[in-house]
Amino acid sequence: MNLTLTPPQTREVWKLLSTIRDPEIPVLTITDLGMVRSVRHSEHGWRIGFTPTYSGCPATEMLMAEIRTVMESRGYGPVEVNVQLHPAWTTDWMSPDARRRLREYGISPPEGHSCHALMPERVSCPRCGSVQTQLISEFGSTACKALWRCESCREPFDYFKCI
Amino acid sequence: MQHSDTIASYSLRLGDSSLILAQRLCEWCGHAPELEIDLALANIGLDLLGQGRHLLSYAAQRLGQGDEDTLAFGRDERQYSNLLLVEQPNGDFSDTLVRQYLIDAWHVPLYERLIHSRDETLAAIAARAIKEVRYHLRFSRGWMIRLGNGTELSHAKMQQALDELWRFSGELFQADQLESELAEQGVAVDSRTLYAPWRQEVEQGLRDAGLHEPGETGYRAGGRAGLHSEHLGPLLAEMQYLQRSHPGLSW
Repeated sequence: MNLTLTPPQTREVWKLLSTIRDPEIPVLTITDLGMVRSVRHSEHGWRIGFTPTYSGCPATEMLMAEIRTVMESRGYGPVEVNVQLHPAWTTDWMSPDARRRLREYGISPPEGHSCHALMPERVSCPRCGSVQTQLISEFGSTACKALWRCESCREPFDYFKCI
Repeated sequence: MQHSDTIASYSLRLGDSSLILAQRLCEWCGHAPELEIDLALANIGLDLLGQGRHLLSYAAQRLGQGDEDTLAFGRDERQYSNLLLVEQPNGDFSDTLVRQYLIDAWHVPLYERLIHSRDETLAAIAARAIKEVRYHLRFSRGWMIRLGNGTELSHAKMQQALDELWRFSGELFQADQLESELAEQGVAVDSRTLYAPWRQEVEQGLRDAGLHEPGETGYRAGGRAGLHSEHLGPLLAEMQYLQRSHPGLSW
């Protein structure tokens, strides 16, 4: 039987990848968003499984290049980043801690589970916490966000769509 | 255009429709009636562009030559296999919206079925795309209802756009031999099976929007075989200009 042991550096690589920030939402890293699916090591180097968020997310290529740069600069090379389309990325992979930071940053985090309703009836305002809010547009400043307005504090805000 | 690898041809035809519609939608960038609509159309275009890129890349990979760029920028009109509906000009906002609604109502059942494709890559692309096109449909249906029930003028414009574009809807449900064979193998979705769910959505949507369905008309088709309307040429000329003039140029 061939036994493949996970090398101790794997944990270090995960830590390193968890410092790469999403360019659109700098409060979140690529591991917060669950975009890094796997870290594997073989005699040929490191292989990273990467799942893009939206089909057309313009940050995808930039992030893949960033993974290579960051890892190689720390001596983890050669690095191969493989796009992994299956399973499709979902906001369910976002950690509770990431959701909290997202709210503190001013973006209302995704509500509920992706299997259910497309757009919730009520989204809470990240500024005042009120649920007296209204959808302005399904599409916000980026593909992953919708634009809402708070009726209590009258401020517009982004909602990270549950998808 | 048909290649010996039929899955590549199938991926290409789906990808071409997404790419051409994305190109149309990005013409709105900076010109839409309000900022929110501008953002929405650009975002929808971006989703479609992403879907198109995955589909074209997959086709190139199967063909064993070129890549998404050579397919997008190196083919002529006759080699494009997109639906006629998506190449129709933006017109005014009502034309763009009706075009979008008719295609969104088709994309949703298409990707719902393609998720079960025996081809793993097509299934994975569909699983991603379905989440996106459901939002597109929400947007276009919402505006159909708002403008259909809006002022006399907005209602008249929506009805006019619908009457004008209806003749391109027949092509959405035609399956040629390539598609039928792939559907039998469990790889492709037979477009004929999309008619019932599309019909259900559109009937309800038009009822909610207070618009009436245009009657039977002389349906136009030919996009799959590369026989396009006069509008695709100028679109490609603009889209391909840079790569045609300076082949291989990059940022």
